[in-house]
Amino acid sequence: MSAVSGQPGRLSLMEISPRRRRTDRVMRGILLAATIVALIPLVLVMYYLLKEGLGSINGTFFTSDPTGSFFGNIGGVRSAILGSLEIVLLATLISVPIGIGVALYLTEYGRDSRFANLIRYLVDVMTGVPSIVFGLFIYITLVLSHVGGNFTAWKASVALALLMLPIVTRSAEVVLLLVPSSLREAALALGAPRWRVVFRVVLPTAIPGLTTGSLLAVARGMGETAPLLFTTAGAASLTFSLGQQMNALPLQIYNDILSPRAVVVSQAWAAGLTLVVLVLILNLFARLISRRSRMA
Amino acid sequence: MIPPETTSKETSDMSTAEGSPKHSGVAPEAMATKRRSTGGQAINVVGLKAFYGSTEAVKGIDIAFPANEVTAIIGPSGCGKSTMVRCINRMHEEIPGARAEGSVKLDQVDIYGQGVDVTAVRRLIGMVFQKPNPFPTMSIFDNVAAGLRLTGTKGGDLRERVHRALRSVGLWEEVKDRLNAPGIGLSGGQQQRLCIARTVAVEPEVILMDEPCSALDPVATLKVEELIDELKERYTIVIVTHNMQQAARVANTTAFMLGGELIEHGPTNDIFTTPTDERTERYVTGKFG
Repeated sequence: MSAVSGQPGRLSLMEISPRRRRTDRVMRGILLAATIVALIPLVLVMYYLLKEGLGSINGTFFTSDPTGSFFGNIGGVRSAILGSLEIVLLATLISVPIGIGVALYLTEYGRDSRFANLIRYLVDVMTGVPSIVFGLFIYITLVLSHVGGNFTAWKASVALALLMLPIVTRSAEVVLLLVPSSLREAALALGAPRWRVVFRVVLPTAIPGLTTGSLLAVARGMGETAPLLFTTAGAASLTFSLGQQMNALPLQIYNDILSPRAVVVSQAWAAGLTLVVLVLILNLFARLISRRSRMA
Repeated sequence: MIPPETTSKETSDMSTAEGSPKHSGVAPEAMATKRRSTGGQAINVVGLKAFYGSTEAVKGIDIAFPANEVTAIIGPSGCGKSTMVRCINRMHEEIPGARAEGSVKLDQVDIYGQGVDVTAVRRLIGMVFQKPNPFPTMSIFDNVAAGLRLTGTKGGDLRERVHRALRSVGLWEEVKDRLNAPGIGLSGGQQQRLCIARTVAVEPEVILMDEPCSALDPVATLKVEELIDELKERYTIVIVTHNMQQAARVANTTAFMLGGELIEHGPTNDIFTTPTDERTERYVTGKFG
């Protein structure tokens, strides 16, 4: 400070003015407080999920399907867990290749062209569309038109894929832009055609980031309820057929939490806990994969 | 893609006199089959202009790079020497908004001619960059093999070609026990020689080097310079350098560029001792730049 303002005397290494020290302490305090405030809801959510849900998790919770009966045995949520996994898996298979494809077009071919910028804008708009609108859209286009049945699981996958698509695209574009252009140049200068540069150099380099981005979308898709309501509409029994109504965890929670029976409500909490743990496991899994691919 | 705007009269006369095939419309295969086993072909640049948007970075250059010789390009920062060199294998057009005019002939074939495949051009005219840029996801072996795999080159023993390329850049003894280790685990100098090996493995005719030693320490620099001296027996080499001692050490001829124009080109010794242009003299004696 003194050197800049031209005050006489040397800049001391030891002396920091009391005012600067105070400012430093206050700023640190504010940032710490903000972090704690942000953590409170997170910790509370986990706390309540564990407190309310843990009690309902037992053997039959994972091995039997909901009975839906008002009295007696309520069953488990097996069909919801497997249904969620299947619906989201199909949605991922649809949205990840397309999303990464769009991102590749934007970074490798379209770049700053007007068309590419239009796509970027539309993707941004799509990110902001409420999830219920995607559900309604599929309801109107696919369900009401009776394409391959009324309410079916694959339609739920399509609705979720629409929801996940902009998330995959946006995150993939950011990751692909991080691939140094010197690598693209190196490959092009060897006489490689652009598509080979993309598949052999750009994509492998970006794999860890692409995995993380896609997983964000998967986590988001896992938890959505609204797009499922109008598309697969839920079912109690277990099915693996994508052409039928299928149960899913968010739907099960949505139905159970309003029940007058305490056991059912508690089961909804347990299902919520299961959902969180599922996403967590997927996350760890993807990290393992991307770490291994980086080693190779 | 970009038609040659200017083709000087004498060059077109010269090529017809020699009865060489048509310049334009020559299929890339034809270019490839014209290779000599000894390697190294001359490059003729005529009326080359290069633009970034509306900025003219290279303002009409005529220069010849003789086969199997090392030509150094010197000049202050921003004089257009890198741009000029990047036009020789059409890497210039990879930058959005960049374009080039004029003609660049590799053994009488205009690489800017109609129907010329840009990937074929780059296979014959390789490039080594300022910063070593091995592929981070690939092993040492795969990095050298990358050029062959990326261009879909079939035939020949891949392993043998990779080993030969590593030997020719003097990296073999250093890496032969860890060919499967990642390429980015090597030191900076080794990485740069790995990149040269990657370029050599494709067996081009010409190797362009854009300040290949500016990110290296003096020992690594010396190794690369010795390598350049060996490589010129099989390749025509064009090297852009900021380091005038380096130009003096490795180059047969040296060209001085300033403000997008070629000021002087002649035997390296003459450029450094008896330059004809006053601006060249002022530059090589360190009075500016």
